[in-house]
Amino acid sequence: MTRAAHLSPVPPGPIPGPVRLGVVMLCHENLPLAARMARIWQQGGATVAIHVDASVPEADMAEMRRALEGCDGILFAPRRRCEWGHFSLVAATQDAAELLLASASDTTHVLTASGACLPLRPVHELAAYLARHPGRDFIESVNALDVGWAVGGLDMERFTLRFPFSFRRQRQLFDRYVKLQRRLKIKRKVPQGITPHLGSQWWCLTARTLAAILTDPRRAEFDRFFHRVWIPDESYFQTLARRHTLGIESRSLTLSKFDAQGKPYVFYDDHRDMLMQSGCFVARKIWPRAEGLYAAFPAQSRTEEPDSYLIDQLIDSAVARRNLGRPGLYMQSRFPRKDAENGKTAAPYTVLYGLAEAYPGLPDWLPGKVDADVHGHLFAEHEVEFSAGRRIGPGGLAGSPAVRDLDPQGFLTSLIRVTKRPQMFQFSPRDRQSLNWFMATDPNMRLLVITGAWAVPLLHSGMPFDDVRRAAAIFQRRELAFLEILDSVWVKADVHRWNLAQVGTDPKAPLAALLGADLPKDHPQVADLSGMRPFLDRLRNAGLRPRKLGDFRHPQRTARAPLLKDAS
Amino acid sequence: MPKWWTRYRRRIKLRAKRQYLLARAIRRRRVLTPVMDRTSGIAPDAILGFVVQRNEAVRLPWFLDYYRKLGVDHFLFVDNDSDDGSREFLTRQPDVSLWTTSASYKDARFGLDWLNWLLLRHGAGHWCLTVDPDEILVYPHSDVRPLRALTDWLDSSAIRSFPAMLLDMYPRGAVTDQPYSPGQNPLEIASWFDPANYMIRKNGEFGNLWIQGGPRARAFFADEPEKSPALNKIPLVRWSRHYAYVSSTHMLLPRSLNLVYDESGGERASGILLHTKFLSTFVEKSAEELDRGQHYADSREYRAYHAALQDQPDFWCPESARYEGWRQLEHLGLISRGNWA
Repeated sequence: MTRAAHLSPVPPGPIPGPVRLGVVMLCHENLPLAARMARIWQQGGATVAIHVDASVPEADMAEMRRALEGCDGILFAPRRRCEWGHFSLVAATQDAAELLLASASDTTHVLTASGACLPLRPVHELAAYLARHPGRDFIESVNALDVGWAVGGLDMERFTLRFPFSFRRQRQLFDRYVKLQRRLKIKRKVPQGITPHLGSQWWCLTARTLAAILTDPRRAEFDRFFHRVWIPDESYFQTLARRHTLGIESRSLTLSKFDAQGKPYVFYDDHRDMLMQSGCFVARKIWPRAEGLYAAFPAQSRTEEPDSYLIDQLIDSAVARRNLGRPGLYMQSRFPRKDAENGKTAAPYTVLYGLAEAYPGLPDWLPGKVDADVHGHLFAEHEVEFSAGRRIGPGGLAGSPAVRDLDPQGFLTSLIRVTKRPQMFQFSPRDRQSLNWFMATDPNMRLLVITGAWAVPLLHSGMPFDDVRRAAAIFQRRELAFLEILDSVWVKADVHRWNLAQVGTDPKAPLAALLGADLPKDHPQVADLSGMRPFLDRLRNAGLRPRKLGDFRHPQRTARAPLLKDAS
Repeated sequence: MPKWWTRYRRRIKLRAKRQYLLARAIRRRRVLTPVMDRTSGIAPDAILGFVVQRNEAVRLPWFLDYYRKLGVDHFLFVDNDSDDGSREFLTRQPDVSLWTTSASYKDARFGLDWLNWLLLRHGAGHWCLTVDPDEILVYPHSDVRPLRALTDWLDSSAIRSFPAMLLDMYPRGAVTDQPYSPGQNPLEIASWFDPANYMIRKNGEFGNLWIQGGPRARAFFADEPEKSPALNKIPLVRWSRHYAYVSSTHMLLPRSLNLVYDESGGERASGILLHTKFLSTFVEKSAEELDRGQHYADSREYRAYHAALQDQPDFWCPESARYEGWRQLEHLGLISRGNWA
């Protein structure tokens, strides 16, 4: 033989001997469908040992026998009453497997399936795949100490605690008894020689491994132990296969996914293409009425190796949607409690507190300069000032303050969620203050604050001084309340603060922070503050101490002192 | 007051309320005269549709067709004194059981006593869909999966009630511009809606969410939005004889049936009822309903409509969205697949 002959292309994997597939099928409902699936396996050349739950009515059973009459290689195992989570399911599998190995002694591999498992690929493709992996046991088998296999359930405790109560019918007792055992630190001993493993109950073992498990001299001892294990069908074969195997492929050939509640995902007609592409051999669960799937499968696969990436993605996104939801969404089936929102709003937004007062030209100048929808005072008491003077806001939001005030949080979150561009709006103590806490604790908000800016319109208002003083008192009280929030430890927003006196001395700073870039030449000017000092004096003399405006006598001295210590 | 005491009191109160509602429904069963009772043919796992209608002959053909295709197996109709041939039309349908009454709609708590009775008598153990003839149920995957797929999934998830809020649909232009003819898909005309104009509050006592908004709140109730119609609905319920609708299909008792939303951030599955009230038939209808004065809160809603209709309302605005399907609604956050992938 030449060297070249060695390098000549070989088919993917050697096919040493013929594979004779046996299928253990566990049925507890919808027998007509199970019979149909049994036929698919049987016609593909597999021997099928069917176990039907003893609680299924005799008439249905007779029907199934009739439907499968005359089919070679269909065996019926003795019937047991099975309960979910109990050893009876393992016992049923053992019975059926023993029957199968005894009746068809040339069986090389045994696959477990349920009556609702649909073979996606022809049985001969599965046989060829198994033949290319000789001696391998395809059984998902994860060490129970490495937590994280089960969805929200118990891992190692499945083996070490006792479970005398039904999980489904006596849930409260079940939970309490688990808690009690944890507290008392009661533990069962795991038998010598086995290491608890968990995995999907849908596996495909070589007949050799399976026979070794069934004829293990210590089987009685192991069975006794597993009798009291919680959901043993997900651990019995997974654990014992480790003891006898020649080589484990720790993955299941059956596509079986669980959702966030630990419930198997159901496939429908619209999943057909995705299942077709996956190249998986068997899928569960299929909706019993998904005729399109039952008609389409089994089908020749274009890929050799199973790859359930797309389906995994679909399911992962569903789990994320169910557990976390979309940030900033409040709707009929998602209405998170305060602080459980997982994102109070959907996108970053900017709030300009007092800027419109300090820079009177800003609202007209800004829209062209930033990539954002620039609204006016969205929360003004008597008006909703949408950008460009619109009466109806984005998403059909009503321009009525009464409608807005019915659910201001919904108003803001809807606005942010429905628009594509970032949102920006003016805010001041003149406006409704009900969202102050919500916004301050929202990491999506960028807040630019000029404290004391409320005084500017009052200074230039020309109103009688009594009215001015009254308004000033209200605005200042509101502003102090807002500042108290901004000084709390709960603030998550990105807050930038100046006081009015600072803005008077360095008018460019807030604008530069707002644009995040160099200021163009035509930037708006600060309002005329020359009358501010006498105005504040007059307020002070009228009994209202102006606070947080900064020091108009010595503008350079103004600093951001803590709230309580700040005298000016 | 300790928390448990408040809860206990609420429980007692709500149970009394539920029993009162059921007693009312049972007492008023006599006003319903069977016209065509085909209920003996209802299969044990049938999905049932419950409808109260009055003079909806124009809408019924498409309505029945739509819900049949969706997978409703049998319809139970209460006809409130129609005179437009709708009763005769319904009698001819093979999958419709029909009762008729000339009793007051208002005195029957806007038809709810009749519905509660039929639900109690025929709905127990079934998935029951309670809708109006102008409501079109859309749920995630409803283009490819029948209603049975949804109810099977709800069953397997141990969910007993499925929310579907009302989404007001409207045409572009005046309501009267495009006449609606029988058998036509109303969405061909009323194909626009408000994507994000909804206010949500929680109703502590009954546990449900109180949703208001949409074009009606925007156009008719801008000044007193708290009086605008409620949009939250729970139309699909796996019925038991202990259940009762309290106020339209907005809320139910026992209270736990109203808890259809997630409060810890996740999304539960939900659908929508496309509300095609604003068709050309609406003008005539609102005048008639106003005359009869049989509607909620002194027909406040209808009075507002009637006043507004005088100057040809157009709900459409540049922010309106055109209906494209459930995926669009999910993207907008009006419905969710939850974990039904």
